[in-house]
Amino acid sequence: MSQFELQHVTKRFPTVTALDDVSFSFQRGEFFVLLGPTGAGKTTTLRIIAGLEKHDSGTVILDGQEVSTHTPAERDVAFVFQQYSLYPTMTVYDNLAFPLRSPLRNTPEDVIKVKVEEAAEKLRITQLLKRKTAQLSGGEMQRVAIGRAIVRNPRLFLMDEPLSNLDAKLRESLRVELKHLQKTQGSTTLFVTHDQVEALTMADRIAVLDKGRIAQQGTPDEIYDRPANTFVAQLVGTPRINLLPAARANGTVRVRGSCVAVPAPRASCWASAPRTCARLRAGPAAPG
Amino acid sequence: MATIELQKVEKKFAEAYAVKPLDLTIKDGEFVVLLGPSGCGKTTTLRMISGLETVTSGKILLNGKEVTWRHPSERDMAFVFQFYALYSHLSVRQNIAFPLQAQGVKNDEIERRVKEVVDILRIPHLLRARPGKLSGGDQQRVALARALVRKPAAFLMDEPLGALDAELRESMRAEIKNLHVAQHATTVYVTHDQIEAMAMGDRIVVMSKAEVQQVGTPIEVYYNPANLFVARFIGSPGMNLVKGQYAGGSVSLHGGNRYSVPPAWTSRLGSALGGAPDVILGFRPEAARVSPQGALNGEVYATDMYGGHTVLHVNINENEIVHIRSDRQSSYPMGTKVRFDIDPAMVRFFDPRTEQAVRGENPPSAAAEVS
Repeated sequence: MSQFELQHVTKRFPTVTALDDVSFSFQRGEFFVLLGPTGAGKTTTLRIIAGLEKHDSGTVILDGQEVSTHTPAERDVAFVFQQYSLYPTMTVYDNLAFPLRSPLRNTPEDVIKVKVEEAAEKLRITQLLKRKTAQLSGGEMQRVAIGRAIVRNPRLFLMDEPLSNLDAKLRESLRVELKHLQKTQGSTTLFVTHDQVEALTMADRIAVLDKGRIAQQGTPDEIYDRPANTFVAQLVGTPRINLLPAARANGTVRVRGSCVAVPAPRASCWASAPRTCARLRAGPAAPG
Repeated sequence: MATIELQKVEKKFAEAYAVKPLDLTIKDGEFVVLLGPSGCGKTTTLRMISGLETVTSGKILLNGKEVTWRHPSERDMAFVFQFYALYSHLSVRQNIAFPLQAQGVKNDEIERRVKEVVDILRIPHLLRARPGKLSGGDQQRVALARALVRKPAAFLMDEPLGALDAELRESMRAEIKNLHVAQHATTVYVTHDQIEAMAMGDRIVVMSKAEVQQVGTPIEVYYNPANLFVARFIGSPGMNLVKGQYAGGSVSLHGGNRYSVPPAWTSRLGSALGGAPDVILGFRPEAARVSPQGALNGEVYATDMYGGHTVLHVNINENEIVHIRSDRQSSYPMGTKVRFDIDPAMVRFFDPRTEQAVRGENPPSAAAEVS
């Protein structure tokens, strides 16, 4: 059985079904990415897992436990948002220490100090510990926000587009850092993004969401090489996949209006689809 | 038809330079991109060319005639902004026809020219729509049509694709480029997106901190960056830049790696650095190749799968990380020890004191580097 699992989760808002029978699962230590365009239901999924939103039906399992009745605090997940949501009047140190000073945890100050310094070192923000967060750059603030999540070793990290507000260069470098950190810590992460490059480069596995439904689940290789439908095919890859209307004839697939023909593999699969789409990625081409 | 010449053009706001004295000649029919991070002076430069901003000193020439103090409307240039600036209460047809009506062009002529541009931009089906009902891409097409319909001497574009999503930006990029090729109109295009600049520009003017860093073709700025800023700014990821010490024909890097300098550089490097040992070794991610016999070594820090290719992040010394572009199959687990080589034709050197590139004696031609 998978340790983290959504089973048939449905969530309806008054005018729209945000999630329609969504199921996916991942293992402890995995970096799992939910990829989809705006409005696909990614953030709603995270909020349901965190307990910030109640689903209408289905089951949520965290670390092997059904948690549908648990409060957000009992679920022990850490949330990193797109907006950094730090306390601007506090120093970086106090921001990092904040979750440990929660009355529920009652951690002694010397233990807090060790943990804060450890987290700061991992994120290379040791030199910023005494600064007020209002004086930091966007990239530094997001490092502090991530630091505040890792300081307390939760059972699951939920990250909602944490890199979207950063400029391209910074996003690139923080992406590498985050992935390296996740692997060295062995932490379980559910990462939400609309950016296919982030998904391909960071994920162990990806679930693609389209209008509240799972379109495909798989490794980055599977999603890129064998997209389940034209939506997924067009979502990943830059430049975009080429989709050409084509027809099958005499064991080949012939692109309409051109003389390009490729051998048709697995003839049986095509029997019911006389018109189809040939797909060619930039790079090695393969009939799909 | 337009040649645009900037002679020692500068702009100061109070005592601060927005643009330091700048010389640039834009040839007739050329597509020139002003590229740089926000605040570098690129938009101010464009606005001075258009006449929306005055110069503090210097001259602007259009087709050899000075226009420095001419009103924008007398310069015959069309401006396209990031935000489409369409009239929301007018139809697409009325929006496109507007500049011609303002010039007093006859109705049947207007009709003919509007039809011509909407055909080029493939938006004839939108003529009756209101701009507010259109997608971002279509709104920007209408804005382009309105600029095009005037047949101006030059187009000035200020991040026209900045507000569009990634997918649309990619396809609009090709459309604008096609339009330029078909119309052969002189175009000055401002962007902070280096990918856009590389894909579109005949030449790129790289700016930073109010100053021109380099002017060159996309291939020149990519393969022969003039300084560390250009090396970092162009490319994704940017050029790998590793500090080291040069002595006896090789560069020692921190952490024990030693790089043998290709013979073409050895005679030049010592004197170019003025005898000082400090040097920065530069190479693009695709200039490095993982191989078991490689002269340099490191440990895989992370691997990025991009679909068509892979980027390996390799730690060569206590969190000094270089990026190596690799084929799809080379996915290595974190911590794997790898060795790699750098293509001797694609290695570059920089002087850490001046941040400028060391120029090779006979810099290999750009064409040879690409092949």
